[in-house]
Amino acid sequence: MTFDYAPAPESRSVVDLAPSYGLFIDGEFAEGAGGGLRKTVSPATEEVLAEYTQGTAEDVDRAVQAARRAFEKWSALPGAERAKYLFRIARIIQERSRELAVLETLDNGKPIREARDADLPLVAAHFFYYAGWADKLGHAGFGPDPKPLGVAGQVIPWNFPLLMLAWKVAPALACGNTVVLKPAETTPLSALFFADICRQAGLPKGVVNIVTGDGSTGASLVAHPGIDKVAFTGSTEVGKAIARTVAGTDKKLTLELGGKAANIVFDDAAVDQAVEGIVNGIFFNQGHVCCAGSRLLVQESIQDELLDALKRRMATLRVGDPLDKNTDIGAINSAEQLARITELAAAGEAEGAERWSPSCELPGSGYWFAPTLFTGVTQAHRIAREEVFGPVLSVLTFRTPEEAVAKANNTPYGLSAGIWTEKGSRMLWMANQLRAGVIWSNTFNKFDPASPFGGYKESGFGREGGRHGLEAYLNV
Amino acid sequence: MPTTVPAYGKEAAGRLASMADVTASDGALRRFLHGLPGVDAVGLQARAATLGTRSIKTTAKAYAIDLAISMIDLTTLEGADTPGKVRALCAKGVHPDPTDRTAPKVAAICVYPDMVATAKEALGDSGIHVASVATAFPAGRAALPVKLADTRDAVAAGADEIDMVIDRGAFLSGRYLEVFEEIKAVKEACARPDGSAAHLKVIFETGELQTYDNVRRVSWLSMLAGADFIKTSTGKVAVNATPPVTLLMLEAVRDFRATTGVQVGVKPAGGIRTTKDAIKYLVMVNETLGEEWLTADWFRFGASSLLNDLLMQRQKLSTGRYSGPDYVTVD
Repeated sequence: MTFDYAPAPESRSVVDLAPSYGLFIDGEFAEGAGGGLRKTVSPATEEVLAEYTQGTAEDVDRAVQAARRAFEKWSALPGAERAKYLFRIARIIQERSRELAVLETLDNGKPIREARDADLPLVAAHFFYYAGWADKLGHAGFGPDPKPLGVAGQVIPWNFPLLMLAWKVAPALACGNTVVLKPAETTPLSALFFADICRQAGLPKGVVNIVTGDGSTGASLVAHPGIDKVAFTGSTEVGKAIARTVAGTDKKLTLELGGKAANIVFDDAAVDQAVEGIVNGIFFNQGHVCCAGSRLLVQESIQDELLDALKRRMATLRVGDPLDKNTDIGAINSAEQLARITELAAAGEAEGAERWSPSCELPGSGYWFAPTLFTGVTQAHRIAREEVFGPVLSVLTFRTPEEAVAKANNTPYGLSAGIWTEKGSRMLWMANQLRAGVIWSNTFNKFDPASPFGGYKESGFGREGGRHGLEAYLNV
Repeated sequence: MPTTVPAYGKEAAGRLASMADVTASDGALRRFLHGLPGVDAVGLQARAATLGTRSIKTTAKAYAIDLAISMIDLTTLEGADTPGKVRALCAKGVHPDPTDRTAPKVAAICVYPDMVATAKEALGDSGIHVASVATAFPAGRAALPVKLADTRDAVAAGADEIDMVIDRGAFLSGRYLEVFEEIKAVKEACARPDGSAAHLKVIFETGELQTYDNVRRVSWLSMLAGADFIKTSTGKVAVNATPPVTLLMLEAVRDFRATTGVQVGVKPAGGIRTTKDAIKYLVMVNETLGEEWLTADWFRFGASSLLNDLLMQRQKLSTGRYSGPDYVTVD
């Protein structure tokens, strides 16, 4: 007899999905101007969840105009009044968190454990946090009476659909801006549910507008002359295209792009906790995390010991139905992303790195990729340089702290890094040397609304979160 | 049901002997213990909390409940203990649920040394072990000859297992070799004339050791000295077994076997009262050490009130209804 955990699926009946969704413009759900409908599927089963509207340039224009009209009143409200709306939204998110977590899991493929325990609490926390700032903008360090920018055009990715929405919408509204947001084409549903929450909270019409669609919808939004600010989170490639579009206009821009973070483990690290941190760093959200610790840098003297421990731990990861409360790793978000991960992993093998995965049975339908470890990786390998955005960890080694710094910084990206050591002086020295926006020590992938987040180099510019996050939405 | 510790091959014995250097002097032992990997408190607690969120239902829950019952050291450690009380506890250990004879029996009955003979007689050939808390339990504040005499008495009276407390004072003041020698001496006192020996469980009283680093060090120290089981606490202080401390000890026995080839058991004790809690511990064992440790030979619960909650949950699973405290026996 073995201790096999019986399935413990979260009920999906808490989510009431409509067969088809329109756009949310000027406080109303409205049909699109003829862009047609797209389907969004559950990546775990390939089941069609709902249809949504492909937003056109005309739709974007309507949304921007609604936001422009709403801006006059919204920005004129006292901060404390705007705060009330944000607090109300935060509380509704908490009340509906189970429903939203299940929805996010269905549409994205992430495990319900993470949607429930990480995403949703953070989403609510961001609204609470920025609600607190709304009437204190004069104390944020940007002058006595900083003004909002106007209409913000926001384009968000599919890895944390609702959390990325919160990171963008909460500070924008707190500062007095109005927004037009385009969610990712594979995960539009939670943004549409958020639109409903805005109505439930009685948010004035036009303050938040949601236009769904693919990349062309996002391109129309970014290029629209009526917006004052563009905020984008996503791939470096698209980020560059957006930067080119915005160049020469007076639109303000923040970009939060890819990453290839180094997770650096010294020989004096707390080994068991470092293993947990490595697992959390790369396998959290199937590795669909821009700040994922995808390059493990291990001090050579503990390489064998650490890799043994890591493999043992990886063998206990449970891959499968994302709605099962015991699932650790869910589905890859789309067939396209799965193909990219598969291609990069094959390149890793072809270039001579050694591939390892625990034995795990993957479901028959849906998009799946087993947690994968590559050893013997060098700086010259593609898997050490390119962002995989999947559950694939590349292991490199180093001998001295200087070498660790050199290798960690030798990347076009600079979003995050991790340092594992029991020695405080080394930790601080390393943190000063590493060129990355977020540096975690003896932990990884920890987020807090009060802490700014953003990158160096090709990981983008500007900061989200914290007091610094206000700057992107204020005329300073 | 509980069996004796498997005899290890020459290889394991050799690997253990090669560790002898680290216990050659106080200095060597200190360097070794302080050279063990550190413990990051935040990370350890986070991992224990994550393991606590596993959802165990239906067949897995039924399995876990029976497994937990079979791992209990059903305990009475009161100053007011009498032979009558001990006999009642023994009867309960054999047939935990009088209405359902399919309920498994517990692993052991745990009593003070002077009650060992009574328990042994009451348990007869049930296969249930008698465990006894010797060595001036729970304070451990007595001279070594007294502790050894306490142990020998309990073994002579028929104890199958001895639960000893370490000298926390000596450990906290860094006299590691003294603690090591004491455990060794008690282990020798566990020997029976026929060449067999009572199983030695070493109690750390982790609530008094305070830091996680101390828990890892004392785990290694005890295992090097020959502990068959390592046990969190006496149940007599404010802080007893906690999930993070138990997780840390599970990691220590895992690493100890990887280093020496010798397998050691783990026993959290004190404060584990509900089925939900017990299942969290079993999940921790399952995902840290695996199936091998999921038997009463290698994992125990030191508890007195846990059994009734397990039985009520068991009745709920078989009948579909909650009963109540009057549907299980008080002892």
